[in-house]
Amino acid sequence: MSIGETLISIDETLINSVYVIAAILFIVGLKFLGSPATARKGNFISASGMLIAVVFTLANQQILSFDLIAVGVVFGALVGAIVSRKVAMTSMPEMVALFNGFGGLASLFVGWAALSVALTQAVSSGIAINSFSLVTIFLSILIGGLTFTGSLLAYGKLSEKISGRPFFYIGQRVVNSGILIAVLVCAGLFFQDSANENWLYLAVGLSLVLGVMFVLPIGGADMPVVISLLNSFSGLAAAAAGFAIGNILLIVAGSLVGASGLILTGIMCKAMNRSLSNVLFSGFGTVKVTDGPVIEQGEVKPMSAEDAYYVLEAASSVVVIPGYGMAVAQAQHVVKELQEILEKNGAEVVYAIHPVAGRMPGHMNVLLAEADVPYDLLLEMDQINPRIESFDVAIVIGANDVVNPAAREVESSPIYGMPVINANQANTVFVLKRSMATGFAGIDNPLFFKENTRMIFGDAKETLGNLVKSFD
Amino acid sequence: MEIIFLIFVFVLAIFLGVELINKVPSTLHTPLMSGSNAISGITLLGALVSAGSTNNEFASILGVLAVAFATINVVGGYMVTDRMLAMFKKKESGGSK
Repeated sequence: MSIGETLISIDETLINSVYVIAAILFIVGLKFLGSPATARKGNFISASGMLIAVVFTLANQQILSFDLIAVGVVFGALVGAIVSRKVAMTSMPEMVALFNGFGGLASLFVGWAALSVALTQAVSSGIAINSFSLVTIFLSILIGGLTFTGSLLAYGKLSEKISGRPFFYIGQRVVNSGILIAVLVCAGLFFQDSANENWLYLAVGLSLVLGVMFVLPIGGADMPVVISLLNSFSGLAAAAAGFAIGNILLIVAGSLVGASGLILTGIMCKAMNRSLSNVLFSGFGTVKVTDGPVIEQGEVKPMSAEDAYYVLEAASSVVVIPGYGMAVAQAQHVVKELQEILEKNGAEVVYAIHPVAGRMPGHMNVLLAEADVPYDLLLEMDQINPRIESFDVAIVIGANDVVNPAAREVESSPIYGMPVINANQANTVFVLKRSMATGFAGIDNPLFFKENTRMIFGDAKETLGNLVKSFD
Repeated sequence: MEIIFLIFVFVLAIFLGVELINKVPSTLHTPLMSGSNAISGITLLGALVSAGSTNNEFASILGVLAVAFATINVVGGYMVTDRMLAMFKKKESGGSK
């Protein structure tokens, strides 16, 4: 063994040892993310794992030129820092989608670069690339590509640059499977004849198209599922890139993220009582619109904010049920004001959060945290439902499907069986709503016609502001 | 052997991830998502090696692009997660601002 080889092997052992430490930091960091008290520390630990992994990778002897790297890192860090500081909390779902897409794109490029290096080596050495490398390289290109365009489209839908309505067409399943098969065929043809790079370009292009086709039919209300799934994909793309370049840390970190995204996806699907394939392949609003007799329609009883004040003034317990409408109206701060006034008035105030309220998992929790609402006042669906009957008032703010009693009572309803917050069981229900339009799912909500429901029409922020003012 | 070893690591990490995340309360799902998203920017390591190898110009260009995008993912992801988590307060300390 020459001196040079010894040096390289020491170098590699050192880097791999650092990777072990980084992996431990990621795991501990994720563990700390499991409790609100330690979560911030956990994120910091995970970030330091990333930092040492990057620093020691840069010390790798394979890296000869640092100019280009510096440009890329400085550019990326600046953009990342500025965007993460500027973004409003209400826009968090689309920003997570966007970052997610960038991660996917990076994995696509890493896979492609690895392929280019492997091809050059194969030409110079005359030994063909082994099939395992080829397969994993293609996987990182495929998953990375579809994560990129899928996330971009999700970003567009969430930020309402594109319509959030599901776009559904007949034979969509067939088309998507067709594209997937076509990618695999391209990959196969490229393996046969790696001199013909057109197959590669076609595979890259098709995986980008696949990402678009896959998110296109999914409507706004199903976004929590899609974001979770894309999150999982971005991790799997990184893991595939890890296989492609033989980097263990990429595999470990990527699969941790892949697993986490899959779990969230599962939780979101369960909260909607739908299977993953049902979410992916059938636009929610397009499911059997019943032409039959309209169920339990009645008279809507509107109420003015002033009248609502008298009810609230006398209430000793109030549960607030927020939905996406609260985010749209940016009403979280005035909700908190109302909470404080009601508490001063001697009432108990809690919040009931449905797992799929909003556009991403935990969306409502972040908004309320921004408004300084302590997280121990936020109850999950299973905690609130057994005791909701004891509440004097339930205030539904911009939520619709997650409080729809049809999910329990009307078997023909498309959302029958979905676990919902039983808002109608509270003594009085206030529904703050812009107009009588149906929710994202396009389903009638019998809650609005219940005996104990009062509709307060108008902008949620304004209505709440008026309520707060009447207490002065 | 090498391949089996990598797959072994992959499978174990998936199981570990499932165990870790199952315990996260729903209140933290958004920060968990953006924080794990930042971790998926780990692909940056691969990007750095491709960008820095001077013998293959095409791979270097792809590498630099990957470095830029992965860095946005990493830096932005961690910073925004921190910003969110800084807002989570318990009742005692809540409303101190």
